[in-house]
Amino acid sequence: MAVSSGTAQVTLPKDDQILITREFDAPKHLVYKAWTTPELVMRWWSGQRGQMTLVEIDLRVGGKWRYVMEAPGGFEVAFHGVFHEIVPNERIVTTEVYEGAEAPEGDDVLNIVTFTEVDGRTTLELLVEAGSKEIRDIIVNSGMEVGMQQQMDLLEQIAISLR
Amino acid sequence: MARAATTTDVFNAVAEPRRREILDVLVDGEERPVNDLVRLLGLAQPQVSKHLRVLREVGAVAVRDEGRQRLYRLNGQALRPIHDWMTTYDRLWSERFDQMDDVLQELKKKEQGDGSE
Repeated sequence: MAVSSGTAQVTLPKDDQILITREFDAPKHLVYKAWTTPELVMRWWSGQRGQMTLVEIDLRVGGKWRYVMEAPGGFEVAFHGVFHEIVPNERIVTTEVYEGAEAPEGDDVLNIVTFTEVDGRTTLELLVEAGSKEIRDIIVNSGMEVGMQQQMDLLEQIAISLR
Repeated sequence: MARAATTTDVFNAVAEPRRREILDVLVDGEERPVNDLVRLLGLAQPQVSKHLRVLREVGAVAVRDEGRQRLYRLNGQALRPIHDWMTTYDRLWSERFDQMDDVLQELKKKEQGDGSE
């Protein structure tokens, strides 16, 4: 099932997975660099939805990362995780926890990022292993639309009725 | 008060809180006569009928006659645009990737410029 628009291809390959794919006009070592360098992550991770206030990346197996952004109105959104696997310029496996909705121990969302280069262009694939369909759907439907949430209860029910 | 625009699309139609309440009642998929909605929402019948008319015009509810009763039900398909718009996750990633493009262009230039990492 595809739910994509815009430049990110978002598909739901399995009940508990989200796959995000995007091609970049740059070699993979640069895409990897943009993905893993705090000053650079600072510049893209919040999208158009706020300002990054903190990016910490301890890029080694067992190392931690933490991103904090401030959405308009001062609402803070923070994520953190631990690196499970790092193959420079190729692949990163990390947990991802949304602070404020901590999953029970051991139920962390797992992100698997791969970088594949062809003719100087890089395809980035981010596979989100949510662990369950419920968590997956929460992630997909959240989109970090902070502040709009209150009005979305009905719409969420509608979304469920459309499945 | 209904304005002309309310009937043009489903977003406008559900912008009215009473109409969202009607959809909220119908979201369980059951067909209901107007009287049910009047009772459940505590509104006057003409008011409910007026809102139902708007919802019908954008396809958000479907109606069927059964004997003397008109039965209303939710038509989820018509609300698809709202669902899609809500699913902003992919937009977030599109925004991120678009910003990454800028970063990458800069990195490429830098690399070409000084020939070193």
